[in-house]
Amino acid sequence: MTTLQVRVWRGGPQGGDYRAYEVPRQASQSVLDVVTYIQRTLDPTLAYRFACRVGMCGSCAMTVNGVARWTCRTHVDQVCADGRLELAPLANLPVIRDLVADMREFFDKWARARGRFAGRRTRHDDFERVAPDSEPRRQVDAAIECIGCGVCYSSCDVVAWNPDYLGPAALNRAWTLQRDVRDAAQAERLRAVAGDAGCHACHTHLSCTERCPKHISPTAGIAGLKRAAAAAALKGEL
Amino acid sequence: MNPVRRARNHPGYWAFLVHRVSGILLALYLPAHFWALGLALHDAARLDAFLRWTDQPLVRFGEWGLVLLLAAHFSGGLRLLALEFLPWREWHKSLAAVAAGVSLALALAFALAL
Ligand code: SF4
Ligand code: SF4
Ligand code: FES
Repeated sequence: MTTLQVRVWRGGPQGGDYRAYEVPRQASQSVLDVVTYIQRTLDPTLAYRFACRVGMCGSCAMTVNGVARWTCRTHVDQVCADGRLELAPLANLPVIRDLVADMREFFDKWARARGRFAGRRTRHDDFERVAPDSEPRRQVDAAIECIGCGVCYSSCDVVAWNPDYLGPAALNRAWTLQRDVRDAAQAERLRAVAGDAGCHACHTHLSCTERCPKHISPTAGIAGLKRAAAAAALKGEL
Repeated sequence: MNPVRRARNHPGYWAFLVHRVSGILLALYLPAHFWALGLALHDAARLDAFLRWTDQPLVRFGEWGLVLLLAAHFSGGLRLLALEFLPWREWHKSLAAVAAGVSLALALAFALAL
């Protein structure tokens, strides 16, 4: 196969449509390479977003043949057997232009889920020691490598059904802090994530777990938050 | 496959769909079930007639469908409880497979016992 038939969604908040491009097929070509080729060679007006190209910054996620993915580390081989690619902005987020989704609401929800660390100590105190093999620490390890790409959020049907739903990434972040023995805002955070738009809204579809490129399972953290919220409610602490 | 389906074509989502659809269908069936139970209390003759009606092959087949729904909803519920209340591990696909296997086995056992 020497050329790829690529359809790219072009438009803005008012709507748009797919436009067709032909892109030469190359060995080890990533989906981001394809988009970059279009923008540099065929159509400089195409808007898209990337930065690191190595799966660290979380800015390049798009909908590739119907599935949300990080594009810099998705090889064309993995997603397109028949030489066709269809690229669209991430679902469940407003579009700014072309392939660029507006991530504001996504990150605002991290703040709403109380996703900020609240320490007890100051720079004058000694380090707090956390045993690397303790259970909470291992649970944090499993969830901490999130790059904020929005793939999980864009794959989650509950986000589509309930626009207020905090979503898998923000709840996963809250879970890493809930498990952080140094954090001093536990009660407040649990209240923030236990509402109607929080962890109990999750239907355990596991789409986030299926799609997260960092192999995080937000579903695991959400289940943990559900248990923590239920336990706190039973004790009358919520 | 169309994109809407492709994005959701994974075991966790299938397990959710089966659980939701079986739950809705069972809820629709419940009024009929209570009506039949009510007959047992108030009207033995009509209950006998009704039970004879349920001996027809097509109704039998419907009963088998009910058992399948019940088994699917039950094992799917256990799957969820295991997933959310036991320590998390990489087993959600195995759990979904086991739930599917258990429901089919139960439905098969019922079909053989018919
Ligand atoms: S498991 Fe919960 S958060 Fe993840 S996709 Fe499903 S509903 Fe959304
Ligand atoms: S949890 Fe995974 S999919 Fe979601 S934002 Fe973080 S890295 Fe991306
Ligand atoms: S460009 Fe940074 S994660 Fe893809």
